[in-house]
Amino acid sequence: MCLAIPAQVEQLTTEDHAIVNLGGVRKEISLALVENIVPGDYVIVHVGYALQKLDQVEAERTLALFSEMSAMNDDKGNENDESQS
Amino acid sequence: MKYIDEFRDGDLAQKIAANIAVEVNQRRSYHLMEFCGGHTHAISRYGIVDLLPDNVRMIHGPGCPVCVLPVGRIEYAIQLAQIPHLILCSYGDMLRIPTANGTSLQKIKAQGADVRIVYSCADAVSIAQRNPERPVVFLAIGFETTTPPTAVAIKQAHALGLTNFSVFCNHVLTPSAISHILQSPEVRQLGLMSLDGFIGPAHVSTVIGSRPYEYFAEEFQKPVVIAGFEPLDVMQAILMLIRQLNEGRAEVENEFTRAVLPEGNIKAQLLVAEVFELRRTFEWRGLGLVPYSALKIKSCYADFDAEQRFQIPMTSIADNKACECGAILRGVKQPQDCKIFGTVCTPENPIGSCMVSSEGACAAYYSYGRFRDAYPATKVS
Amino acid sequence: MHSGKVKRGYTRPLDLKNGHIEMNHGSGGRAMTQLIDQLFLAAFDNDFLRQRNDQACFSCTSGRMVIATDSHVITPLFFPGGNIGSLSVHGTINDVVMSGARPHYLAASFILEEGFPLADLKRIVDAMAQAAQAAGVPIITGDTKVVERGSGDGVFITTTGIGMVPEGIHISGENAKPGDKILLSGTMGDHGIAVMSLRDNLSFHTHIESDSASLHDLVATMIAAVPDIHVLRDPTRGGVATALNEIAHQSAVGMMLYEKKLPVRQQVSAACEFLGLDPLYVANEGKLIALCAPDDADQLLTAMRLHPLGNQAAIIGEVIEDSHCFVQMETRFGGKRVVDWLSGEQLPRIC
Repeated sequence: MCLAIPAQVEQLTTEDHAIVNLGGVRKEISLALVENIVPGDYVIVHVGYALQKLDQVEAERTLALFSEMSAMNDDKGNENDESQS
Repeated sequence: MKYIDEFRDGDLAQKIAANIAVEVNQRRSYHLMEFCGGHTHAISRYGIVDLLPDNVRMIHGPGCPVCVLPVGRIEYAIQLAQIPHLILCSYGDMLRIPTANGTSLQKIKAQGADVRIVYSCADAVSIAQRNPERPVVFLAIGFETTTPPTAVAIKQAHALGLTNFSVFCNHVLTPSAISHILQSPEVRQLGLMSLDGFIGPAHVSTVIGSRPYEYFAEEFQKPVVIAGFEPLDVMQAILMLIRQLNEGRAEVENEFTRAVLPEGNIKAQLLVAEVFELRRTFEWRGLGLVPYSALKIKSCYADFDAEQRFQIPMTSIADNKACECGAILRGVKQPQDCKIFGTVCTPENPIGSCMVSSEGACAAYYSYGRFRDAYPATKVS
Repeated sequence: MHSGKVKRGYTRPLDLKNGHIEMNHGSGGRAMTQLIDQLFLAAFDNDFLRQRNDQACFSCTSGRMVIATDSHVITPLFFPGGNIGSLSVHGTINDVVMSGARPHYLAASFILEEGFPLADLKRIVDAMAQAAQAAGVPIITGDTKVVERGSGDGVFITTTGIGMVPEGIHISGENAKPGDKILLSGTMGDHGIAVMSLRDNLSFHTHIESDSASLHDLVATMIAAVPDIHVLRDPTRGGVATALNEIAHQSAVGMMLYEKKLPVRQQVSAACEFLGLDPLYVANEGKLIALCAPDDADQLLTAMRLHPLGNQAAIIGEVIEDSHCFVQMETRFGGKRVVDWLSGEQLPRIC
């Protein structure tokens, strides 16, 4: 739980710290809880610490899962015609 | 924002909702508990309930470390803050929690106590460095997500040789809380409270991994799906739980594969083990004493343990008699079932912590959901 | 070599670089006169102030007059995009123009803390002068007091503004009607995030500047396009959500917002993500909310978008019947939630 957000590592700084970038906002955070992080990696940031590296391949796979039609939907076609104004 | 916006896409939400609608078994209902306060918040904030069929009910569990902190320990923090020259550093969440006589950290701050909001415990260490002649205490709360940062901060203070920094440790453990709910009479006795499956917490799981939940799935025969933090993650996890229940499975599945490994974050776990050890028992607000459910600072780091440093008696303070936070935290009652919900107890004047923390069940319902028709009170199956 | 005689009528000028406010700057004597002359009058200079009276006398045509007053007690005093001085001018002008009035004059009173650096005060006063001049709204009278060190936050400013409402304009918080469209003039939360980025223990780096601005010209443009605007409100502390809840209660109506339509800068969104804040509740200082009849909405939107301070304007929702006066929102998911009154300041959270 607890509020944590995925942010991209921009550069490593001194002593186990890095600058991350989320949507143009930069913050210096600690890498003390993770290993082998390089600029370009995404990390999950909680209270100023990176908790885990985000696996980008898995992220794409999960997104693809969201789009999957249910196996039980085969006969029904796309029921989704709601549009938001 | 990458890895955030895509996981909040409205069109995908409709797709998953359609899948859920098609796959639910109309002849039964599904009672799913989301344990993590962040999930409670996501469900309320995105109105996910509106996208679920009526026979899928979400129950809010005790996943808010602010909500489960007993009043006596908040009193202790308030007493610390009132020690002359002491600086108390806290996450923002704690400021407005009321104690029995209506005071709070925010109120004593207004009266002159030096209470400072920090975004990170590392900031508390910096404050200690900059104020070497003043005692600095960090009020540590949180489940397993927040504990490793505190461990790092204590080690950092140790390495810096700081003699004025200490931590008031209130870190609690997720598996113990889940156990406690599952073992409670309301759940164990069939027919009193339906609880079919769990949405496992997102960021706690990045630290502890998915393995610790296997015990629950097997022992209690309830499926667990670990869900990411974003609303699409929560919806997909609901779908996965429905599938498990339909197929009669009770397994641990991981929806949050982009950040949760079966073993979790070993480095973080080792750091925590270096600095903390289990308390034999710990009082949880609304749940009473729960064995092996919380952490204290090891004796080798006793210099950084505020409870060792400051001689303040710890009191156990009972909740307001009318407050139903306990039952609500256990998922037995809903906010609307509490007699003082929305009348005496509001976000402006919170009686219990379910109302003051923005992800407490009562605050979430009051802020986001009270315009809906109330669900009927917990039904007998 | 000089004879050593003191030049006639010589007084040492204020040390605007290194000097500080002292108690005698507030006690009505020579020191106070010097402060007023060399700092305030020098910056605000106009015919009214040159008369050096305790009041300003002006004539006006008959009509409905508007008066508004605001006290400004913010910290930090200086932030990206402005300071307490420019904020105080913009803020009061905006309060006046939300009635549809043309702003005419401002009054400004200062409570100064003993020890406050004169260099900082000069920056603040110069910013006020600039803002007032740009808006064409002179500061024509004022007051200065000094309080002992420790009794203030450097400087508190109270500004009062006067304006005149044109004939036929009736804009007020209780005029919202079911069916009205809700328009927002631009992105939410810029000011709050700009100020928050300076807070000691939050330290994040962003290019967001406060949106503090005077909206009189935007309002004049809007009224010219659609004279029958029902409600205008500038959302300041508490954000758009608080302002909308106020209007809903004043008019005894409900509202339905559309999350997809809310304009927010990406950096403001991102900063809010870090801290666990909702942009709907973060402060603004240069935006306005307008409610108008549905048939007028497109025309009003077009007029707003043509103006530099409204170029990101959007229709964000509509007014509905609701005896509970809830402000609801259709989330980007299609689900619904309530956008409630804020209970106290939003605090950064970890959970």
